[in-house]
Amino acid sequence: MLAVEDTHAALELSSGWFLENAWLIALIPAIGFALIIGFGKKMPMKGSEVGLASMAASLVIATGAGIQWMQRTDSASHGDAEAIGGAFSGVRGALSASESGQVEPYIEPVVTQWVWWQNSGLEFGLGSHIDGLSVLLLCLVAFISLLVQVFSLDYVRGDRRYTHFFAALTLFSSGMLVMVMSSNMVQLILGWEIMGLCSFMLIGHWWEDAYNSHSALKAFFTVRVGDVGLLVGTAILFFGANDFAVANLDSNGFDIRAIQAWALSGEGSSWTLIMASSALFIAAIGKSGQFPLHTWLPDAMAGPTPVSSLLHSSTMVVAGVFLVARIYPVFWEGFNIANGGVSFIAVIGGITIVVAALLAFVQDDIKKVLAYSTVSQLGYMMLGLGTGAWLPAVFHVFTHAFFKCCLFLAAGSISHSGSHHSFDMKKDMGGLRKFMPVTFGAWCVSTLALTGVIPFAGFWSKDEIIDNVGANGYTFLFWVGLVGAALTAMYMTRATYLTFFGEPRGAAAGIHHDDAGHDEYATEFREVVISSTDLVAALPKSLSAAANVPGDDIEHDAEGDPAHGGHHADEHDDHGPHESGKLILFPIVILAFLALTSGFVNPTPLAGDALGANLGEGVELLKKYVEPRYEPVAIGEAAGHAGESIQLLELAPLSAAEAGADGKDAYATGCGRSTPEPGTVCFFPKVKHAVPELSKILLSLGVVALGYAAAIGFCMAFYKNKNPRLVGLTERSRIARGGYLFLKNKYYLDVLYQNVFVYFVSRPLAKATYWVNQNVIDGVVNGVGTSGKKAGNWVYNNIDQKIVDGAVNASGTVASETGHGLQPVQSGKVNQYGALLFGAATVGAIVLVILNVS
Amino acid sequence: METLTDNNWLLTVGAFLPLVGALVMMFWPKDDESGVKTIGIATAGATLLVGIYTLIKFDYGQSEKLQFAVDAEWIEVIRSGYTIGLDGISLPLYFLSMCVTFLVMIYTWDNMPDAGNPKAFYILMLVLQTGMAGTFIAQDLILFFVFFEVVLLPMYFMIGVWGGEQRQYASLKFFLYTMFGSAFMLVAFLALFFQTGAESFGFATLIDLGASIDRDVQVWIFAGMFLGFAVKVPMFPFHTWLPDAHTQAPTQGSVILAAILLKLGTYGFVRIAIPMLPEGAKAWAPAIGILAVIGIIYGSLGCLAQTDMKRLIAFSSVAHMGFVMLGISTLTTFGINAALFGMVAHGLITGMLFFVAGSVKHRFHTLEIRRLGGLLIQMPKMGWILGFASMASLGLPGLAGFWGEFPAILSAYNPNFGLSEPLFRTLMVIAAIGTVLAAAYLLWLYQRTAFGVPSDEFKGHSTAEIDAGHGADDHGQAMAHSLSSAANADADTHEHEEIKDVQLTEWIAWTPFLVAIVVFGVYPQLMFKVMDPAVQAMVETLGKSLG
Repeated sequence: MLAVEDTHAALELSSGWFLENAWLIALIPAIGFALIIGFGKKMPMKGSEVGLASMAASLVIATGAGIQWMQRTDSASHGDAEAIGGAFSGVRGALSASESGQVEPYIEPVVTQWVWWQNSGLEFGLGSHIDGLSVLLLCLVAFISLLVQVFSLDYVRGDRRYTHFFAALTLFSSGMLVMVMSSNMVQLILGWEIMGLCSFMLIGHWWEDAYNSHSALKAFFTVRVGDVGLLVGTAILFFGANDFAVANLDSNGFDIRAIQAWALSGEGSSWTLIMASSALFIAAIGKSGQFPLHTWLPDAMAGPTPVSSLLHSSTMVVAGVFLVARIYPVFWEGFNIANGGVSFIAVIGGITIVVAALLAFVQDDIKKVLAYSTVSQLGYMMLGLGTGAWLPAVFHVFTHAFFKCCLFLAAGSISHSGSHHSFDMKKDMGGLRKFMPVTFGAWCVSTLALTGVIPFAGFWSKDEIIDNVGANGYTFLFWVGLVGAALTAMYMTRATYLTFFGEPRGAAAGIHHDDAGHDEYATEFREVVISSTDLVAALPKSLSAAANVPGDDIEHDAEGDPAHGGHHADEHDDHGPHESGKLILFPIVILAFLALTSGFVNPTPLAGDALGANLGEGVELLKKYVEPRYEPVAIGEAAGHAGESIQLLELAPLSAAEAGADGKDAYATGCGRSTPEPGTVCFFPKVKHAVPELSKILLSLGVVALGYAAAIGFCMAFYKNKNPRLVGLTERSRIARGGYLFLKNKYYLDVLYQNVFVYFVSRPLAKATYWVNQNVIDGVVNGVGTSGKKAGNWVYNNIDQKIVDGAVNASGTVASETGHGLQPVQSGKVNQYGALLFGAATVGAIVLVILNVS
Repeated sequence: METLTDNNWLLTVGAFLPLVGALVMMFWPKDDESGVKTIGIATAGATLLVGIYTLIKFDYGQSEKLQFAVDAEWIEVIRSGYTIGLDGISLPLYFLSMCVTFLVMIYTWDNMPDAGNPKAFYILMLVLQTGMAGTFIAQDLILFFVFFEVVLLPMYFMIGVWGGEQRQYASLKFFLYTMFGSAFMLVAFLALFFQTGAESFGFATLIDLGASIDRDVQVWIFAGMFLGFAVKVPMFPFHTWLPDAHTQAPTQGSVILAAILLKLGTYGFVRIAIPMLPEGAKAWAPAIGILAVIGIIYGSLGCLAQTDMKRLIAFSSVAHMGFVMLGISTLTTFGINAALFGMVAHGLITGMLFFVAGSVKHRFHTLEIRRLGGLLIQMPKMGWILGFASMASLGLPGLAGFWGEFPAILSAYNPNFGLSEPLFRTLMVIAAIGTVLAAAYLLWLYQRTAFGVPSDEFKGHSTAEIDAGHGADDHGQAMAHSLSSAANADADTHEHEEIKDVQLTEWIAWTPFLVAIVVFGVYPQLMFKVMDPAVQAMVETLGKSLG
């Protein structure tokens, strides 16, 4: 039944088992999920072993696929000497010249798919689409997921829903993997929504507490608002691209490659493209927490820390960025990025960077600082994508995953062992560097990476984004990016200071303001609320209600295994801060190492020079293997199946020669700069790469240093020395207080959404609708019924009575006196049923005959 | 239309076997309750086997053709024939009706509504089954009408006798409202027959000839059919019988109503109204589309206002059927396929939700959302099933609901036959917003009923809460357990009526639903492959007269 439609590799492009069976990467965790749900509780490790094993298996296959993809890319480069020589070498894909003059053919993705559904005679697939981007993210997601699961082994040990936790975590990864490898938009939606479901399950993991379930609902719901855009955008793309896809590529309008090719073909009207890209970007706003739909992300911290870490590093929030990166040509054309159009994406990204970074300043909760930091960093990725810096944005996804995951896990480690399950930096932390040296070290490395200090990972990617934004002509956004970098340095310094420096406070000092018996998981997030007493009334009800639920009310042992119902905290007899165990530190250290080194995957050559080491071009691995090549590809008339329809393009060397002649002018032609020649299609636009300059690098490093200096100065003055001019400023100055409250209340967006939109729809509007339903629409029905009955009675009493017969009697019983008529029915005599049945049928028949005659 | 007549006894047997069972039961002593139940279930089981055999014998390569067709004389005087057959459009619904009846009967084994008398109840369900199956195989207008109406009476009694407190009002409203629609429908059928001057009431003939009627006349005839079918669907503003009927009906009635009866209306549009009256359909399509989308938003808002779980689910049907009708109103293959898929998916999912509501009611004796809470604590498995069905209902990809909703929304972007694009695109966006509202009311329901902690009223009554003290699963396996919590739980064990988690008969009845929701969600091609050729053929025929 399953028709395997296997796109075999071209003659010269190498392929391999891993590339062609990459769908296993997503399938294995999905099966793992089913196993954990089905049998997890009976397993020796309560199902966590299945989760770990499936993630490990995925990682192995993903790595294999990654290696084979690199071989495939290399094999193309090796083959091209012959191709240029005119030999019909069968290298599928066109040839082009890189800046160094080396010929680089378009590397065709490895697509394996099965018929998933059909409609209108078109068959739509489900399978894997492996190219540089997907392989990069597959490895990343599998790797991060595995580490997070290792971390969770110890971190959530003893949780009452330990098994469910691992099940949901595994499905979560599976959802992301499905999405990343999707070969068409419907599969992408599938993965997208699976993640939505899992985020709901995991954020609401401790659903006994109203705040948690509220946060879960909020996350799902907010993302769902964005999903309207996904549905609409997919519809527009499908009908826009379908004819083109069927005619030229023997595929359909859902197919990712078809959409890419169509968008660059010039066939679609600019209206269609701009509508599609706007709609899809709305979906990305919701998913990737961009302004103004970022409000769910900080609340998503209600879930266990490993969830936050997974959610914020490689899955879920990256989905929106991935969507834009995946069908980049649509946005490229729709927002006219090629010609420096100020795109919706870039503007939203820029706003998000600053808006979220400012919010991070007023958070007391360490995880919320990181949450807003994620929002802000996602803003960078969007900014990059919106200004044509595709590669830097993808690179930033890559590096950000490591250091952000590390930061979250470090926060988890702190709460686990340092602050007695509190995340409140002001109340329960401080001075932890002495107690938790490893965590501290990892935190610092990741912070330096996040803030973009050379040579840590974040520097390479973030700086590349900022640099490219400037180089592509977006000067204002370039400065926004720099300001964002300074802000990042500042809020991270504040968080670091509050957590690790100064005097230990609260739990960090061994003082427990909560009794040891309380349920730490259900309550750990309760302090969330309220910045000023004025605002209590304006807060969403469930939030304030949650704040008032005493911990003891929660029957945490009601479900799950009581053997593990005891809190793992009990394992630590002394509750003072100490370093976490090996299972927790192991992933943190690995991630910290990667936060230090992962930037060297794609360092810009000149930055290498600046370091005094000529790294050459060969080290730009992402550029070589991940960024799709932009050269046009010929489409053959004799279309076999999907992948086979693309034939060797012989005119490629021509354009290669042209491009080789003058690197700069090459940007003016080719994919994404002008319509490809008839008979050819493009799959990726010809994006520009900024030529790094030392001055710019120094500028951005200087800005970051300035941010650090300012923040350290502030922390010393405010928190340590309690400078009287600063302390209490919010009480003295109205402007300062106003600004503080404005930030503390998250720009009042939550209030707007919750108390205005949600409230209006769910209360007055819904109630009014229902009132209309009951009183107007149903009123008419009842009115008709009542008057009909009256008329019937009148007719019956005055006319019909004289000509009654048995049938009418029986039917009259039903029609006018149902109440009495049904009493004997209830006594259950079958004969009477029969009589009633036929009686009613007679009435029906009579009515119909009358109507028929008239 | 070409027909295949192999194995043509199958459909007749499939449709009328339940009546044979009903006949046997008539003579069975009423007091032998388990005997009566066994006969009922056995009959439905045998019918289902016939259905499965039909599935096996169906030629999937030619699903656009009528198969197992019979064309016999019936009422010669009015030139109505016993014309039956099955194609890709009707096969899924026909089979679904058999499954649902069988499973509902199994569920009834332990969950007989309070009024008692299983003999009458089972007989009614069997009669109902004949009516439903007959409607889906009928290929003659009069035959269709007869079956369509046969369905009414058993459901009327099911609601009126075994229903809730307001059963009499609800059942009468249901009956009369549907009758009201049917009257217009019959008039429309007759008008169509006389206008075409056809030799018979056979569908094939009327489809051939219907297109030749004047456009204005078609519009009027379509109006009559529209009333009949729209009431059944139900479409806004003819939906008000539905919440009452659903809320008052016994669980079994609600499930059958949601799973099959509502589909008779949408099926009527696809099978009769649209193919026979192409011009009428085209003229009415924008109105249907608008009403459908109003139904989506309106039904969702109605859900948000509900305080009763079952009534909320009932209102959600208005919204979901709105998606189905939107798909149909586009007159595209894409949309009609989606609608057909949506019918089956809605049947499975909403049927499942009604099952859960019924079982919750059975245990808590209330469905008031405010009084419930912490279902996941008291009945973890039931809570999971409710969550699963809610997720399916809000259209999560990977579960069946998505495949009815998503392509339906999609199809509105590009309606067929020159229907207004701006209008339908607006409808598309509004319908997409409807999915947000669906998430809102379902998750909100779930949050309030399943999450949180049980209210004081019901606290400590459930076996799950007690079992939590005995081991990880409810068999009380010898897992390590803490004595103290077991001792605590024992304290209030015996004073209260126990709230048990999902029981055996419930598992048997529900598992096929749950499995089907996943299977069709993961591999929708199973159904699309059957329906698509038939729908394509139908739309092609439409295209001949609409150009």
